[in-house]
Amino acid sequence: MTDTTEEEDFLRVDDLKVSFATMDGTVRAVDGVSYGVRRGQTLGIVGESGSGKSVSSMAIMGLHDAKRAEITGSITVGGRQIVGCPEEEVRKLRGQTMAMIFQDPLSALHPYYTVGRQIVEAYRIHHPNASKKEARTRAIEMLDRVGIPRPDKRVDSYPHEFSGGMRQRAMIAMSLVNDPDLLIADEPTTALDVTVQAQILDLLEDLQREFHSAVIIITHDLGVISQIADDVLVMYAGRAVEKGTVEQVLRRPQHPYTWGLLNSVPSLHGDAEADLVPIKGSPPSLLNRPSGCAFHPRCPYAGQNGDRSFTDVPELLPVLDDVGHSVACHLPADRRREIYQRDIAEAGVAL
Amino acid sequence: MSVEVTETSVEDTKPSREALLSVRGLAKHYPVTGGLFGEKAVVRAVDGVDFDVAPGETLGLVGESGCGKTTTGRMVIRLLEASAGSITFEGKDVTKAKGRSLTQLRQDMQIIFQDPYSSLNPRHTVGRIIEMPLNVNGIDPPGGRKKRVQEMLELVGLNPEHYNRYPHEFSGGQRQRIGIARALVVQPRFIVADEPVSALDVSIQAQIINLLRQLQSELDLAFLFIAHDLAVVRHFSQRIAVMYLGKIVEIGDREAIYERPSHPYTRALLSAVPDVTQLGNADSKRIRLTGDVPTPLDPPSGCRFRTRCWKAQDKCAQEAPPLTIKNGGSLAACHFPET
Repeated sequence: MTDTTEEEDFLRVDDLKVSFATMDGTVRAVDGVSYGVRRGQTLGIVGESGSGKSVSSMAIMGLHDAKRAEITGSITVGGRQIVGCPEEEVRKLRGQTMAMIFQDPLSALHPYYTVGRQIVEAYRIHHPNASKKEARTRAIEMLDRVGIPRPDKRVDSYPHEFSGGMRQRAMIAMSLVNDPDLLIADEPTTALDVTVQAQILDLLEDLQREFHSAVIIITHDLGVISQIADDVLVMYAGRAVEKGTVEQVLRRPQHPYTWGLLNSVPSLHGDAEADLVPIKGSPPSLLNRPSGCAFHPRCPYAGQNGDRSFTDVPELLPVLDDVGHSVACHLPADRRREIYQRDIAEAGVAL
Repeated sequence: MSVEVTETSVEDTKPSREALLSVRGLAKHYPVTGGLFGEKAVVRAVDGVDFDVAPGETLGLVGESGCGKTTTGRMVIRLLEASAGSITFEGKDVTKAKGRSLTQLRQDMQIIFQDPYSSLNPRHTVGRIIEMPLNVNGIDPPGGRKKRVQEMLELVGLNPEHYNRYPHEFSGGQRQRIGIARALVVQPRFIVADEPVSALDVSIQAQIINLLRQLQSELDLAFLFIAHDLAVVRHFSQRIAVMYLGKIVEIGDREAIYERPSHPYTRALLSAVPDVTQLGNADSKRIRLTGDVPTPLDPPSGCRFRTRCWKAQDKCAQEAPPLTIKNGGSLAACHFPET
């Protein structure tokens, strides 16, 4: 996100808005989000439930039902526009140019078919001329690549015969079988144990180096972000509140929400007896988003700059003297710096 | 009604104060019939676990899925019957308690569940949910049940006026508070908290951890805190037990476990946690375990961790290492400890 021109971004999302009409009113799940990802780059999207992090990535994959979701703005993948694109066109891209890894591998794999058969199918859809034998060889190769032992035997196993970590590997194998240029991993390790999570994150890093793909990793875990992402986008109630490189966002966080997140995460280091500093309240309902800055009911600094927090939606603007770092907050830059020095850096949150 | 308890060997797993809860040789075995000829096999979900919990103290129980930590927690409060071993609460044998003494134990020992969505009856009002343990145990607090319920709501940071609302009207964090109020209404002295924050958003997790810490010091509650998140456990537990495949592999004070872990598995677990404060130097001392946890149907011989351990030698396959005190200050079951 630093000094990239638009041509360099493999994926470009501009002013994306996704809303759903429900019985209770319109849910604006994503409300004007923009970002880009280059090849070989990993963008981490952080946010809590209802922040719109998954909805925006499903829009990229064209997975929203056109009858239910209203999508505006622009999404380009390798220069091709996804918004408003006919379903058949998106289907050609999906699985080949772009692929997705889901949180729960057990529900994303079909229990009735062998793992191998599912990978073979994913391959042959985009390679209609490939013979069954070729596709099977390819499936075994992929299982081997993601570190499944004895892939020539395991290719004929059913998902239930795999452990959680192996299933996640199998799903990664399936999504990478067509060498996608863009990979979206939605909470890929949330359902896994820490030791297996570490293996999967290493695997994703290795594979990205090998395939040089653009990767989006969606997570609520700032630890995962710090380990794997190059750039970070912090989302709150359907909007981006802060974006920049990992260094910028985690070491010099600017938005009170990012401060709150960093403050509330328990760590393996530092004072174990000290109380955590939670963010007060809970994430807002998207049916009834707070006016102005959506974070204002939970923000300890709201109202310090007149009534703007309550009335105006803050724009995502560049942070002074920090190229590529931007924040959507009404606090004036010098005031924010002052609070940061006093409340945040002192408290040992800033890394 | 007190039952004679004979002291068993595990001298050093004792906490500083006289134990409130004492667990010795606790095991849960599930028989399974499988295979072509219906061979009998046994899943050793928990296979001989010893620990003590002092009044007002938290013992954290950590480990990966399938290690037996939840099963252990459920046996301790008799939601599951133990296959072997003893559980002593204030000198009374929990495993043999019946009738009135079991009712009394149910008041002293409570549980908080992981999922605040499925653990509350959606058709009952919050007041009814929290009152239920009073009804079941036939407790009539001074001032009436309703008053007690409202005190509980206030104690956990909810509005006592919300007595007549239903669970769906509350957020995840608030529901977890309702679950906590339900556990506290009978004024227990020991609580099993089974992954109480893992279903919650990050910003809400901290609220609940702080609430539990505050309640612990106000009410002198003892906790068995079951969690897979080592950072969360560190903020809530004075002592920690690490489980692997149905056995405790290391147990000790927080400082010993986190600063000077003795068991290679503990070290591997700690180094696998992606920690945001370690940005930039994450690669320095990372240990990567290979493979998955073996099946408890057929655990490895000797040390159960040896199949994933980088220090394993022949001895590890032959002899199961006993829990002994190591230089780091904790008790660990390892032939070649880290400290």
